Amino acid sequence: MNQEKRDEREECKGAGKTVLAAGGNGERHSIHLTVNGHLYELHIAPSHTLAHTLRETLGLTGTKIGCDYGACAACTVLVDGKAALSCQMLTVKCDGKSITTIEGLEDPKTGKLHPLQQAFIDNTAFQCGFCTPGVTMSAKALLDENPSPTEEDVKHALTGHFCRCISHYQVIKAVMEASRKGEVS
Amino acid sequence: MAEEYRHIGKTAPRKDARDIMTGRAKYINDIKLPDMLYGKVLRSIYPHANIKNIDTSKAEACPGVEAVITYKNVPPWVDGTPRCRRLLDRRVRFVGDAVALVAAKTPEAAEEALGFIEVEYDPLPAVFDVEEAMKPGAPQLYDEFPNNIFSRGCRAFGLNALQEVVMGDVEKGFGEADFIIEGTCAFENIPNPLPPEPPGVIAAWEDNDHLTLWPASQSASMTRNFVQPYLRANVRVIGLQCGGSYGSKNCTLPPIGYAAALAKATSKPVKIYYTKDEHFSAYTLRLGTRIHAKVGIKKDGTVTALAGDWLVNTGAASEMTPGQVAVGCGEAQLLLRCSNWNLQPKVVCTNRNPSGVVRGFGGQEFKSALMPILGMAMEKAGLNPLEFFKKNFVKPGDGYYWRDGKWWVYRGVDYSQAMDKGAEAFGWKDKWKGWGKPTEVDGTKRRGVGLGVHGNADVGEDDSEAFVRIDPNGTAVLLACVSESGMGERSSLCKMVAEVLNLPLDRVNITPPDTLVNPFDYGLAGSRGTFTLGSAAIQAAEDAKRQLFALAAPLLDSKPEDLETKDGQIFVKGDEEKRINWMRAMGSMRTCTGHGRFTEDFSLSNFMSIFAEVEVDIETGKTELLRVVAATDCGQIIDPLCLAGQLHGALGAAGIDSALFEESLLDETTGQIRNGNLIDYTWRKYPNLPEFQNVILETPIASHRFKAIGVGEIACAPGPSAVLMAIYNAIGKRIMDYPATPEKILRVLGKLEGRQAG
Repeated sequence: MNQEKRDEREECKGAGKTVLAAGGNGERHSIHLTVNGHLYELHIAPSHTLAHTLRETLGLTGTKIGCDYGACAACTVLVDGKAALSCQMLTVKCDGKSITTIEGLEDPKTGKLHPLQQAFIDNTAFQCGFCTPGVTMSAKALLDENPSPTEEDVKHALTGHFCRCISHYQVIKAVMEASRKGEVS
Repeated sequence: MAEEYRHIGKTAPRKDARDIMTGRAKYINDIKLPDMLYGKVLRSIYPHANIKNIDTSKAEACPGVEAVITYKNVPPWVDGTPRCRRLLDRRVRFVGDAVALVAAKTPEAAEEALGFIEVEYDPLPAVFDVEEAMKPGAPQLYDEFPNNIFSRGCRAFGLNALQEVVMGDVEKGFGEADFIIEGTCAFENIPNPLPPEPPGVIAAWEDNDHLTLWPASQSASMTRNFVQPYLRANVRVIGLQCGGSYGSKNCTLPPIGYAAALAKATSKPVKIYYTKDEHFSAYTLRLGTRIHAKVGIKKDGTVTALAGDWLVNTGAASEMTPGQVAVGCGEAQLLLRCSNWNLQPKVVCTNRNPSGVVRGFGGQEFKSALMPILGMAMEKAGLNPLEFFKKNFVKPGDGYYWRDGKWWVYRGVDYSQAMDKGAEAFGWKDKWKGWGKPTEVDGTKRRGVGLGVHGNADVGEDDSEAFVRIDPNGTAVLLACVSESGMGERSSLCKMVAEVLNLPLDRVNITPPDTLVNPFDYGLAGSRGTFTLGSAAIQAAEDAKRQLFALAAPLLDSKPEDLETKDGQIFVKGDEEKRINWMRAMGSMRTCTGHGRFTEDFSLSNFMSIFAEVEVDIETGKTELLRVVAATDCGQIIDPLCLAGQLHGALGAAGIDSALFEESLLDETTGQIRNGNLIDYTWRKYPNLPEFQNVILETPIASHRFKAIGVGEIACAPGPSAVLMAIYNAIGKRIMDYPATPEKILRVLGKLEGRQAG
């Protein structure tokens, strides 16, 4: 074990691209990743998961890790528009892909929330909020694919999400409300 | 009927809603401090053993490692009720018990170093069953507690904490009974409340006496109240967003002790963040409960006597188990208006992951095990459980010994109406066909219904203080130490202050949960926030308003009592033209700060009833929960959606489903929990949600200005017994130990004869 396995961030911004290195002095791989519309050139350790890279290298801690073995879905993000468990993907396998996290849903210029975010707020569709980013990203993937889902579709899309406060009923209502508004983009 | 208010009772976005929905809300693992180290714990593979030798030299030489702690160099910190659990001990008492601690520059380095610690164990015989553990000659966990029975008493509840229910004359009571029944029921599946976020904490010492903690905690204040005497230090606790707790992240001290010890050894901040596996194997389970009881009952539903043993299996340590026993004993009296009692609890330690504080706080476990025995008595007397509970649940003027050992007289409302409204919404009258009789039969499917009730006078537990500061610019700040783990209490308290000061909600804020800057509070527990913190916040707001009106009255040629305020303006009642703003009244260099204080009061109880309908397939033994009606009376709703979510919580946190499938499967040959991961531990998923209806009455309750009391903590407590009753009615055979798995159902139906439990 190399003692400098801790992420080091060597940041250099320019030409709309951020270059970051993480993963100590060991073997590193270079990849390109677009996260929430921003292009990154990453030099990272092959063992890093996407969840780790998002949280520890890019500082996007909105994505949560509950179990770190793909059983709770708290870490769900969009990879090229599809919901994916970021703790189960190696970042090196994501070269060239486009990632959307919970931080990428609001309009960066106006601060306007995505209709799904607003519907969750209006329906208090969370309690502790720990599973919420993952749930929201799965709901986003669903509505992108099927803008008019039934309640059964929503339940099916959210099956894998571990929520222990039991906000399920309010989440279903929020997703249905967001879908009805037809504003989902 | 509830009053019409500007904010109270109306839905409003939670104060932290935008942070949660944009990923900005900071949880413990989102925080890093400069120079922070990461702590990891080496855990025992044996359920019971002495450490013969332990060699840490190789681990200490690992790159990045800054400290290794074993029982040899650990600070002498001892926690538990009774105090007997050392932070690290030469003896390990369960699979997962801590053996050594490592702090390193990265989590990976700390984890790797654990593998270089060489431990030689001297295994000891282990005991897992509560009655086996009490037998002479059973393996002893702690030398100071013969027969593994912990001493009675709970410091936190005073010198006379209730540790039994002894009243009247049980022999006389049994003599008066029309029927006497005896039974045994076990709620020993030790389900895990399992919040999605694992337990975690950061500890940093300022100097030898001053420690700052950032815990993933339901209550920053309770953490401080418990840690200060434990570490004998001045402790500041800063709360963060907490990713679920359900009681389990209130005062569980080991991870805090690990972080504090490593931080002391390294003079650097140290973070401990459990893996999900540690969360399963070494953190808070529900109490094991077995009840042997004898019940005397009359035909009219009067319970003439209750006698029995409540055997509490607390696992390898007791966080606050005698306190949970105290509250359970109190709750028994809220349930049954009975004159003759001899209920004897025993808290017993065994070689498994300890039980601890969980939503329901002993009462859920007790009630789950007692209710099926009461059900047998009701059946014998030919009583409808709805009528039985209405007759027996505490009524205004009744008394009870509460957890402090004192006699309290109930001054709340009669909850019979809530039971009736719940029954009506559920269709109880049509669905109830009698004991052991299905509501409906369709081929191999049998439907049945059940009812459970629960109440807790802890709604008024412990003291609270608050300040409300009003600023000349027409805003107000509530200074109170309130954490957020999902209930929305911080937002609800802001609503109360906004209502008193007649301000828009966005002009009222609350200080962060930091014990350094806030006045005293005990913490969020037992549904206490609405009554206790609510009372303090209301008083503080009223006090601040009084000061404001005293300043304004001369300027308006009026008397303070004739003034009103709205949106930062002060005007004379009946003459709204005569008005000045807060700035005019106060000047720009003054604030008005009001103080509020609440003193513990156990004369009110909350109430929750769960009506459940199940469908059992008698071919497969599988049970489906079809429908739940949760009926309560909370006096006055503060926030409809926050409350609705809390009541839905009956399905989470090892609640209702601990009657169906939730259990930690303890392997009694190895002491390991066999399903200690999120794949093998069964939890309810979206497609399997039952139809769920909340019925919430608002009969004004004499708590405070807004006539409200909290109910969230007990949302799940009546659920398991309701489901077990429903299963009995569906199949006509009783299951007396939870959960009612398909195998147990087939066994009682005689379809698995000759085959052993798997």
